[in-house]
Amino acid sequence: MISKEEVEKIAKLARLELSEKEIQKMQKDLSAILDYFDLLKKAPPVKATVNKSEKPNLRLDEVSCNSNIKDKLIDLAPNKKDGYIKVKQIL
Amino acid sequence: MDLTTLTIKQAHQGLKNGDFTSVDLTKAYLKKIKDLNKDINAFLLITEDLALQQAEGADKKIALSKAEGQDFGTLCGIPCAVKDAILVEGEKCTAGSKMLENYTAPYNATAVKKLKEEGAVILGKVNTDEFTMGSSTENSAFGVTKNPHDTTRVSGGSSGGSAAAVAANMACYTLGSDTGGSIRQPASLCGVVGLCPTYGAVSRYGLIAHASSLDQIGPIAKNVEDAKTVFKALCGKDKMDATTKEYDFEEKDFSLKGLKVGVPKEYFAKGIDKDVEKIIRNAIKKAENAGAKIVDISLPSSEYALACYYIIGPSEISANLARFDGIRYGLSEPAQNLLEVYLKTRGKGFGAEVKRRIMIGTYCLSSGYYDAYYKKAQEVRQLIKNDFKEAFNKVDLIFCPVSPFPAFKIGEKADDPMSMYLADIYTIPMKLAGLPGISIPAGEVGNPLASSGHGLPVGLQIIGNHFQENKILSIAQQMESLLK
Repeated sequence: MISKEEVEKIAKLARLELSEKEIQKMQKDLSAILDYFDLLKKAPPVKATVNKSEKPNLRLDEVSCNSNIKDKLIDLAPNKKDGYIKVKQIL
Repeated sequence: MDLTTLTIKQAHQGLKNGDFTSVDLTKAYLKKIKDLNKDINAFLLITEDLALQQAEGADKKIALSKAEGQDFGTLCGIPCAVKDAILVEGEKCTAGSKMLENYTAPYNATAVKKLKEEGAVILGKVNTDEFTMGSSTENSAFGVTKNPHDTTRVSGGSSGGSAAAVAANMACYTLGSDTGGSIRQPASLCGVVGLCPTYGAVSRYGLIAHASSLDQIGPIAKNVEDAKTVFKALCGKDKMDATTKEYDFEEKDFSLKGLKVGVPKEYFAKGIDKDVEKIIRNAIKKAENAGAKIVDISLPSSEYALACYYIIGPSEISANLARFDGIRYGLSEPAQNLLEVYLKTRGKGFGAEVKRRIMIGTYCLSSGYYDAYYKKAQEVRQLIKNDFKEAFNKVDLIFCPVSPFPAFKIGEKADDPMSMYLADIYTIPMKLAGLPGISIPAGEVGNPLASSGHGLPVGLQIIGNHFQENKILSIAQQMESLLK
């Protein structure tokens, strides 16, 4: 069974706050799922390749001049000021 | 006449004949939604104003076309609904999550833009498992969508709202999205047609991302012909989605006679419901009677597909859902510092399944585990692709079940993630190979307790090679009439 500390470490990396109850359930569920993944050890080794046809056609970088969408996007931010998204102090 | 029972083609003919207007059609659907939605919970949002405005616009367009003696588009004036993970500009888009409960879409998804250009009428947004993660819509933060064939059962998922809306005649067709089976599985459980296109056939721009190497938008409709009509309107290259390809859908008739149909033995192994197996075997028999050559094939790496999917999917999820940070949009929880904003917002905004998948993905990508999980899963994905490649050297199409069981009881699998994951065991492998597939109704399993007096629908899955939607659709249409 995956330990409580391990769940807490992963949750922190994932930026998720979990309650005690959630951590317990997560220990149980994650353990069952990770045990299931052991099945893959049986699979023969192979090199993953990307077919030419599957390669995405990367688009060219374009500078968007649509300021209308910019305002709309900033409007959606929960916290904003003077046309900028406002965040808590980082440093 | 109940206008909501008409197919796209029939409704188009009615509009053409002047039997009714798009406004008549739209009002009939809006009434049906108001009557039924409290029991089914397919619609999270009814966009009545938008729908009526679009219907009036369509009626004008139709009148103009008629005056000029010209034809108008098949989708013009036809009411549809859109999965609530696909953006419709100016309307709320929740992705079934508390995180986006009050989020308004700032632009149209390309698929929606294309439908709007065709003159479509959008009735509303339909339910989905949170961020399209699930097989029953029980993971939606806004309640489960019930199966119109038996309201004590799930509609399937994640596009459960899309499938139930079509099954209950609450929309003429809908848009869904499929990452591991989310179009085909609910279509199978609700007895409607669901097409998951080839990866790259339809633009995902404006679809809230789940796992980007798998996500695909496709139609759910009353019959195969309607699914084809919608697919034709959706497919093609879009500069906003670099994975899309130039796609000229070539209308072509393929004959069942002489067609080589592969039946993978791994899809009839343990775990399949006996009645489901009987229905699928019967469908295959009918194809054989119509002249198809049935070929036993093997897809030996299928047994790894579920494990492979639940590593690759969550790994991509853990990256894709990092954007829900309480800063850019959606829910934001008050906190002392930046890290706490992230932790609290995500802790509160995401439901149990989304958290579980973010955790799995973060674990699989974390230092020391990457090779054992993510890298290994990518290799296994190659094995699965190789299996299908080899199979399509021998056969034209593959016939198999969509789901190992018909619609299950609400709550039956909700607490056990592994048993829920098994619902997609037959829809996941071909997704990992980027192939197209369809679910069409193949029969019903007896359900003596159903209030409707009907059984529970079972879907036949038809899988084709990359970009062979025309072959799949042509054969599916013939199978549809054989199975009636």
